[in-house]
Amino acid sequence: MTDDELDAGPPEDVTLLRAPISLDYDYSAGQSASRFLRAIAEGRLLGQRCPVDGRVYFPSRGSCPQHAVTFGEETVELSDKGTIVTFSIVRVPSANIPLELPYITVNVLLDGADTILMHVLDAELDDVHMGMRVQAVWKPREEWTTSTANILYFRPIDEADADYESYKEHI
Amino acid sequence: MRDVAVVGFSQSPCVRREQDHNEVEILVPVIQGLREETGVAGADCDFICSGSSDYLAGQSFAFVSGLDAVGAWPPVSESHVEMDGAWALYEAWVKIQMGQAETALAYGFGKPSMGDLPMTMALQLDPYCVMPLWPDAISIAGLQARFCLESDVLTERDMAAVAVRDRMYAKGNPNAQIKGDYTVDGILAEPYLADPLRRSDCAPISDGASAILLAAGDRARELCERPAWIRGIEHLCEPMDLGVRDLGRSRSTQMAAQKAGVGSDKIDVAELSAPFTHQSILVEQALGLSDATTINPSGGALAGNPLMAVGLSRIGECATRIFSGTDDRAVAHATSGPCLQQNLVCLLEGE
Repeated sequence: MTDDELDAGPPEDVTLLRAPISLDYDYSAGQSASRFLRAIAEGRLLGQRCPVDGRVYFPSRGSCPQHAVTFGEETVELSDKGTIVTFSIVRVPSANIPLELPYITVNVLLDGADTILMHVLDAELDDVHMGMRVQAVWKPREEWTTSTANILYFRPIDEADADYESYKEHI
Repeated sequence: MRDVAVVGFSQSPCVRREQDHNEVEILVPVIQGLREETGVAGADCDFICSGSSDYLAGQSFAFVSGLDAVGAWPPVSESHVEMDGAWALYEAWVKIQMGQAETALAYGFGKPSMGDLPMTMALQLDPYCVMPLWPDAISIAGLQARFCLESDVLTERDMAAVAVRDRMYAKGNPNAQIKGDYTVDGILAEPYLADPLRRSDCAPISDGASAILLAAGDRARELCERPAWIRGIEHLCEPMDLGVRDLGRSRSTQMAAQKAGVGSDKIDVAELSAPFTHQSILVEQALGLSDATTINPSGGALAGNPLMAVGLSRIGECATRIFSGTDDRAVAHATSGPCLQQNLVCLLEGE
């Protein structure tokens, strides 16, 4: 409030009170996610292998959500190629997604990973299908940072479709 | 009522700022420690309940990630309270009383170092008349301390003596954050932080986690040589409006103690989670503790204050002394809200 407003005293009828809430946080990604982010700044994709059942989690994370064991520092480097296990064609706008409609969202199973990555696919709407082989399209190298946004989108590659058996448990 | 006992306790060290680890990475070794102690994995418990605050994490549903430390596949029976883990333990205790579980895991975790804690705490105040003024938590506690001084409930020397006692005891606690040999005169020479509170009157800001395993009847005897039986546990809440409460005493602690059966029999040990020295005195008075009771042998909240776990840790510290045979009868206290608004009292006994 300005001094003039304060001198004028309270308004006769208070009908509305604005009380904005804002808090600042200094967020720590944690050891495992930090390793992942530093690697993706170099164009490398890191996962981690569960010591109990050998499944590879991507991105790397501190612990196995199924077996509650820590993963330690050992990482698994993954290919930026993968298989579409499922997809959806989006025709409804969303405030936080600046893509032109319609576009394709895909769940990609990266080669060597046991968890899926959700991303967008640059392809003809009629062409996308389960089992389609795809590869990441990266930003120019000089723009890479510690961010998953280094990958712009996925695009189809000239490889035979993956066998359904190879990805059926990840649909 | 069913006989229910604390049969295991595990905690992380209290640290001012856990720079390298996120909440799950703090929690995983704690849950693993409990498994090593009891032989029971978190996911093997019939019921799991956690206490944490999304306001500390700065993101909604942050508590869900905590389940990574337990292992939640295949699905587990699980719940969460946006409160200290002591209230998670209370829910777990109710679940066992209802006959729906024989074993239960309660855990609490918090990383308040990520935000500006005294301002974050302002958000728990009355949202219409008090919170928009953004009074920080230390200033609010300072108003209460001033009231206590003016109404001759306690003196600044009494307050300083609490800090001296807790930090002296904390020297024996490897998980404590603030410890050492302090003197009353030395503390009284400190400048005011929020008059009449000095830095030594305030609990530190701590990151940390703790976990407790509960079990019923014979299952408790299988899992623990000397279980800490919960003879009574109760919690009560006072009004949100600070102006309608008597800030010079902790009425809800007093009533919770009565309902939990604390009574006048000898209490060997008490662990209090009062985050300010004057509040520790109010809780001691409300519990009716005498000189025969050792208060805060771990150092209490003034030596380590991992928000959302600090109350649960008080129950765990009491239980640990019963496990070892050091003590037979213990009272643990947890608090929530500004100026001791809500209080939980847990009476524990060995056989």
